[in-house]
Amino acid sequence: MPHRTLYRKLVDSRTVAVLDEQHVLLYADLHIMNEYTSPQAFSSLRASNRTVLRPRQQLAVVSHIIPTHPVSIEQRVILDPASALQASNLKRNCREFGIKLFDTNDEEQGIEHIIAPEHGWIRPGMVVLCGDSHTTTYGALGALGFGVGTSEVEHILATQTLVYRLAQDMRIRVDGALPVGTSVKDLILLIIARIGAQGARGYAVEFAGTTIAALSAEARMTLCNMAVEAGAKAALIRPDETTYAYIRAKAQDLGEHGFVRALGDWQQLYSDEDAVFDIEHIFAAQEVAPFVTWGTSPDQAIAVNALIPDPALASDEQVAATTARALQYMGLSAGTAIAGLPLDRVFIGSCTNGRIEDLRIAAAIVAGKRVAATVRAMVVPGSGAVRRQAEQEGLAAIFIDAGFEWRQPGCSMCLAMNDDVLAPGERCASTTNRNFEGRQGRGGRTHLMSPAMAAAAAISGCISDVRALEKQHA
Amino acid sequence: MPDNKRIEGIAAPLPIDNLDTDQIMPKQFLRTISKEGLDRGVLFDLRFHPDGSPRPDFVLNRPEYKGAIILIGGSNFGCGSSREHAVWGLQQLGVEAVIAPSFGEIFFSNALNNRLLLIVLEHDRIALLLKALESNWQRLLIDLEQMQLSCGSLVFGFTLGERHRKMIVEGLDMVGATLQMLPQICAFEKSHEAACPWARVLPTDEDNHGQIA
Repeated sequence: MPHRTLYRKLVDSRTVAVLDEQHVLLYADLHIMNEYTSPQAFSSLRASNRTVLRPRQQLAVVSHIIPTHPVSIEQRVILDPASALQASNLKRNCREFGIKLFDTNDEEQGIEHIIAPEHGWIRPGMVVLCGDSHTTTYGALGALGFGVGTSEVEHILATQTLVYRLAQDMRIRVDGALPVGTSVKDLILLIIARIGAQGARGYAVEFAGTTIAALSAEARMTLCNMAVEAGAKAALIRPDETTYAYIRAKAQDLGEHGFVRALGDWQQLYSDEDAVFDIEHIFAAQEVAPFVTWGTSPDQAIAVNALIPDPALASDEQVAATTARALQYMGLSAGTAIAGLPLDRVFIGSCTNGRIEDLRIAAAIVAGKRVAATVRAMVVPGSGAVRRQAEQEGLAAIFIDAGFEWRQPGCSMCLAMNDDVLAPGERCASTTNRNFEGRQGRGGRTHLMSPAMAAAAAISGCISDVRALEKQHA
Repeated sequence: MPDNKRIEGIAAPLPIDNLDTDQIMPKQFLRTISKEGLDRGVLFDLRFHPDGSPRPDFVLNRPEYKGAIILIGGSNFGCGSSREHAVWGLQQLGVEAVIAPSFGEIFFSNALNNRLLLIVLEHDRIALLLKALESNWQRLLIDLEQMQLSCGSLVFGFTLGERHRKMIVEGLDMVGATLQMLPQICAFEKSHEAACPWARVLPTDEDNHGQIA
């Protein structure tokens, strides 16, 4: 057997058939569905008189459209008739085909990419597919996860497989300790800014190095989640003691025997020493500073103490045009400081940064302070379990005392398919993954940043360096 | 596509890099369980003012590009969300092909599965093409037999993967084709399940969290 990358080992282990040089028929261990990219797949399945081949390997979650008003989950009602129909339609599909569903009023409700790992359903070596681009998150646990479209959802429902185009191998090595005041979110924003929004297009990215090894399982999820913003087909991290400890705690159904048995398999999941990567990028953790996006693509990010880029200084005409267009949409002036920019909203949540560790980091910044009077700030936990834990740990009280809205779990303002939407012109500090034009609401202006930076922004009312805020209050 | 081997018509330039699927099909049009009516949503914020009236300066609203069936896009066209609605909407608007330097990964598969032709062409060739279109009444011909696209006297060859070409020209039923391999899938499953029992993760009891609806 030639030397193989971790990615290649995962693909090989789930290859049912080689279709041609570039395509394999890939087996899915788990398929996760949501309410808005699956309805047409079920309709089409029915129209062709086909059925769901493996209902027990399907999981469905209502997450994008649910309201996050601070009422109890049992009282949660979707008022928008079109969204309500999507939810009831998903329920009907799940009932008809015997698929497990996290419905609107389920107390375990939340974002698909947060629920699945926290139940221990994502394990090293698995292939996990979902009609949502942030499925790359699961690479954090050594699983091959990636997003699919609706016709692919139909294909998976009917066959439990996918016609899969092979990716090339990229390794991103990061070594050293992340500087104080920075986190993995700053690291991934730096990486995307350096390699570009399509820098990893067509590649499966393996993150490696001492920085990555030192990250918690949840921090790794943030990293892999946003790899798709560099265009990555998949993101992977070699499973290690951190991974095993996380899964051992979550996947209690495995039992001691099952866990030890699985561990033997998982320990084989690494890139062989001499495996060849098509491309490698190397970063030093000390390069990382608190990062903020200034534009309308996740790669338009700078350190918080840097100046907003000037199109006149761009490397080529196309970059100049893209920069100018983004500045105009964002209402920003070239060459000015991004720090100090006043904000209207702050949003902490999403599948990128809606986990318990994210809330702990944000709460530590917020504790004992007040949200600026000019800002409306909200925290949306990623799941019912995250919300309960944050309440038990006293984090919720910290947020509420500071003037944050403490809301019910869901995707919320990340893609604004629910009631949580920016008004035209509103400027928002957001822990989400995308700052696309109109993403959080038509004319809304999104600045991506870490939970710590978003917390600092809420307190100061403007984009500010969390390190300075900490010093000031020390 | 009435003729699977030739696409001929007006091509509209849309040279915006990283034109994401959030822009191609904004979220308010995703609250649907059907594929109907998505033409209205395509590039909504670029095509229409907030009050719903058309923006006269946007390329697809200009009289000379009325009825465009080909789009010439920028790098990483269709990046972002997995929403296939973007592809369905483009097709409902009449778009039969998109030419760009590169495409977002999921968008690429979505387009293929719906037989929306995507052609990858280098930046400098696209620049030449855009110039030629200006002087040639915006008409472009894509010939899938010759694998050529032409605009007036300007002719470029292009390539498509074999699977891609077959999908577009012959219109494969992918699910049907894979279902013929069902015995292979089941055989794989059997040995896979024995080798990796830990990969079956969902509880089979109905009394667990969540519900089997």
